[in-house]
Amino acid sequence: MNARWSLLPESTPRAAFGKLVGCEARLAWRQPVGLVAGLGLPVLLLVIFGSIPTFSQQSADVGGVTLFNAYVPILLAFVIAALACLTLPGTLASYRELGILRRLSTTPLPPPWLLAAQVVINFAITVAAEIIVVVVGILAFGASSPKNPGWLVLAVLLSTAGLFAIGLTIAAVAGSARIASVIGGLVFYPLIFFAGMWLPQAAMPGVLRQVSDYTPLGASVEAMQDAIQRGTLSAAALGVLAGYAVVFGALAVRTFRWE
Amino acid sequence: MTSSRLAGRTAPADVPGTEPAIVISNLRKTYGRVVAVGDVSLSVADGEIFGILGPNGAGKTTTVECALGLRTPDSGTIRVLGLDPRAEPEKLHPLVGAQLQSSALPPRLRVAEILDLYSSFYFDPADVTELAEALGLADKRQAFYRSLSGGQKQRLSIALALVGQPRIAILDEMTTGLDPQARRETWELIEGVRDRGVTIVLVTHYMDEAERLCDRVALIDRGKVIGIDTPDGLAARVHGGKRVRFVPSAPFDERLLTGLPEVRGLERQGRHVIVHGSGQLVNAVILTLHAAGVGARDVELESASLEDAFVRLTSRRPEDENGANQR
Repeated sequence: MNARWSLLPESTPRAAFGKLVGCEARLAWRQPVGLVAGLGLPVLLLVIFGSIPTFSQQSADVGGVTLFNAYVPILLAFVIAALACLTLPGTLASYRELGILRRLSTTPLPPPWLLAAQVVINFAITVAAEIIVVVVGILAFGASSPKNPGWLVLAVLLSTAGLFAIGLTIAAVAGSARIASVIGGLVFYPLIFFAGMWLPQAAMPGVLRQVSDYTPLGASVEAMQDAIQRGTLSAAALGVLAGYAVVFGALAVRTFRWE
Repeated sequence: MTSSRLAGRTAPADVPGTEPAIVISNLRKTYGRVVAVGDVSLSVADGEIFGILGPNGAGKTTTVECALGLRTPDSGTIRVLGLDPRAEPEKLHPLVGAQLQSSALPPRLRVAEILDLYSSFYFDPADVTELAEALGLADKRQAFYRSLSGGQKQRLSIALALVGQPRIAILDEMTTGLDPQARRETWELIEGVRDRGVTIVLVTHYMDEAERLCDRVALIDRGKVIGIDTPDGLAARVHGGKRVRFVPSAPFDERLLTGLPEVRGLERQGRHVIVHGSGQLVNAVILTLHAAGVGARDVELESASLEDAFVRLTSRRPEDENGANQR
């Protein structure tokens, strides 16, 4: 359906991407809905979970760690999913609704650059939010330090890639901010269920657990759990995340529409 | 009636040896069961100002969107500067600046930031300070987009269409929402841009704008082209184009005038003689009478306007099919 744009056309100056990101950053700062939600929500959840007395007791249900420790990877995944499904699609969808994309459609700006600019902005917020969760979790609520920080960083990166690709697909097609938030919500809540928000993975019945392993957020939590609690790399989970990133990334670029 | 003889201005598309900037052949585009464009063929010459006129819903904007590669035609071919807009958008877009209806910019960006962003899309952009000045936006550079008036937003949009120093500028309802003063200034700007060799496609429903600016216009109605000509030529297609009214100094043989190629008809109203026709009608009539030793007093020339043509050709089409519809 789309006219054929390549990812890096020679006819568009590379500097345009920097300018685009600069403008998006200014806009994010001038109307900091995403910033507040992206950074405020995880802090709020940390405070809530950290203040529940039973959360500091070890539990066999979640593999012998404290409930709080079990929830740290879930919170990390939650932050990524919230930004990917609820924040990221809204901006482009509102641009589409207002005709801002229509104005851009006649310029030499390739559509993938617009998607990429949203990734850059939301990725910056994600990194900040993830650091807050880990650092505040450890310092204020006595969460254990990650056994292998390197694998945790890798798990966060691949989780971001997989989840953002799904968010971008919503952003590519949603006709208005309202539609984007409805679709985003429909995707978000099942995802955080499989991440173990209400029922930690370790406590899930067998079938549910297996399904969870193949959902992006289930895989994300598993990879982060392994890195934090055991210091191991879970290749299968990271592979699932990479798969989502590739499939939905391509889908987002292919289905992108200006209006 | 042939139109080439009527043409007051030259029709650049007919000049041999120049490649047309845009060629659209048998374009058809439907949305579900709605036929937006049924059959549109037109050719825009390099360096001309080409108007696309028609009532609302005629298919003007869809035609332009197809030319920009934003929509896929159901059938027909389009070449813009020799490029297929769907296959090679990245080669085409740096060469074509366009301003479409119902497009907008981020409310919380400043005018200067928007100009800076859009100029970064091109390798050889125009000087944004000069451009902002030319469009009367110099004192608005630090204003947020959302604080601009409708006319200022419109002028900014025109600026963005020109910021890439395009070879073709496509302007859809360019002066909608502008006050009369701003419209005239915009017209002068567009003429200046054309003088630098830029081909301009003007989608409009303002007849005065088309008459003032366009070298040629295509009249589109219900998805079909119902006439392409100079504004004068198109005007001439309705009720004989021009009428010359005068009082002869002496009786004369009517066949003297009715035999002229410019003359289509002659009637008398008391002392007055009214000659219908086209082309250089006044000259032909006066010179012929003069040669026969007859003078003409109180000469008045009336000519049909583009607006007359627009109204006649678009709304009374079924009855006028034979006379007016050249296709």
